[in-house]
Amino acid sequence: MVIGIVRPEQANQVLEALHRADIRGFSMSRVQGHGGEMDRVETYRGTTVQMGLSDKIRFELAVSDDFVDKTVEALCEGGRTGEVGDGKIFVVPLERAVRIRTGDSDEGAVTPVGK
Amino acid sequence: MIAAIDTGDTAWMLMATALVLLMTPALGLFYAGLVRSKNTLNTFMMCVAAIAVATVTWAAVGYSLAFDGDGALIGGLGNAFMSGVDFAPREGSTIPELVFFAFQATFCIITVALISGAVVERMRFGPFLLFSALWSVLVYAVLAHWAFGGGWLIAGGTLDFAGGVPVEMASGFSALAAALVVGARKDYGRQALLPHNAMYVLLGAGLLWFGWFGFNGGSGFSTGDPSVLAFTNTLLCPATTLVVWFALDAIRGRRATAIGAATAIIVGCVLITPAGGFISPGWAMLLGALGALPSWAIIAWRTRTRVDETLDVLAAHGTAGLLGILFIGFFAQESWNGVSDGLFYGNSAQLWDQVLAVLAAPTYAFVMTFVLLKVIGAIMPLRVTDREEATGMDVTQHGEEAYVTGEGAILLLPDDHEKVVLPVGDSR
Repeated sequence: MVIGIVRPEQANQVLEALHRADIRGFSMSRVQGHGGEMDRVETYRGTTVQMGLSDKIRFELAVSDDFVDKTVEALCEGGRTGEVGDGKIFVVPLERAVRIRTGDSDEGAVTPVGK
Repeated sequence: MIAAIDTGDTAWMLMATALVLLMTPALGLFYAGLVRSKNTLNTFMMCVAAIAVATVTWAAVGYSLAFDGDGALIGGLGNAFMSGVDFAPREGSTIPELVFFAFQATFCIITVALISGAVVERMRFGPFLLFSALWSVLVYAVLAHWAFGGGWLIAGGTLDFAGGVPVEMASGFSALAAALVVGARKDYGRQALLPHNAMYVLLGAGLLWFGWFGFNGGSGFSTGDPSVLAFTNTLLCPATTLVVWFALDAIRGRRATAIGAATAIIVGCVLITPAGGFISPGWAMLLGALGALPSWAIIAWRTRTRVDETLDVLAAHGTAGLLGILFIGFFAQESWNGVSDGLFYGNSAQLWDQVLAVLAAPTYAFVMTFVLLKVIGAIMPLRVTDREEATGMDVTQHGEEAYVTGEGAILLLPDDHEKVVLPVGDSR
């Protein structure tokens, strides 16, 4: 299981990189977070605030072992800008995966079905 | 001969001026809906900036250069800084010159705002302010003089009721030049760049149409027949454009689209702008129907080119304004307008006068805008950096967001301002 947290403005690049690496199954969600980056200061009618949280996109990809490195590479390639705040990738073991439609489990569940 | 003030005319022109001013925030909504959410405020702010800058330049020299005297190319400086602009009517009008001044100012404002559509999502705010100031004087005031203020076009017989020359063709062809100089957005042609709020687009288009009744209906400067004709034509012409646009959308994509409809409203209003007080209601409806085709085709074609004229000012305003001007040359009808017939009614000279306008105005607007932006670009960068473009114009240009949630926002007290940019959780 690979979890990648990237900048929203890099999300499209990540999608392209994943597509090129033939990684098709994933979910993504909008999250807010904070790493080491500097905060933005915004002013609304005299109220000055420091925005501590930045919008990020969180990719979750359940992949078989052979695909882990390719996935990590794709996330890095698509998500990197070189500035602080590019995000993180976490690789964690997955106990079990089930494809709801067929009941296939584990490797069978995360391998895309050919057309 | 100085005519007397007419209270009815003055009342309507006061109202019409407010209607036209409303069109600029309406355009802000229309444009803001068409861009990505991270650029909402900046896009709207360009329209607000036009109100700010163009009003000041108009009062300083723009009005004078456009409307003082009848020099062939440009007016004088007799009315600079609103000198002599007071309660007395201008020659040949029945409203105080102050009202005439304000009404014309709103035209200059919206024209400057229109051009922003070509450079949204990437042009820095500062250079845009400078560009607005210079363009409103060097391009708008000059073309307004040609078409309205006694310059060579109006003196030669070219008919332009409400601004096909200085507003529509000028903004459209300037937009093309601006898009070429500023360059495409970095993601253009690589990613889908979609409108973020179609409801803003529709609301903006609706308010623009509403304001356009003042724009066209006020361009007779009275409550007389030309104003009444233009007012009703402003209802008829966009309606037929909408019907045809639905059909074109349906033929290409099997569905009529909402953003297509919003665009059709604008195109229809632009088509009737130059011709409003000169053609019969029947011809106005035909103009709306025929005029939909080129604008629709250019929008469909432009997105496949490398020219990122982002919000299609050329197709919606330049082309449609040009067609409206030409249409007068064919179908103007003296029995309706009391001024002149077109080719169709036996006066081929009128068509030639109209052709002169569609050759001269776009050329002048395009060349001047191109040079102006090249010069500004030599002094300061026109664009934000790629990194800032990716982050979004709202945060980088204005330090605000349109859709701020407030989560994770820490209030800075006045004496905290020096120690900004702290990581969260630090020393607080």
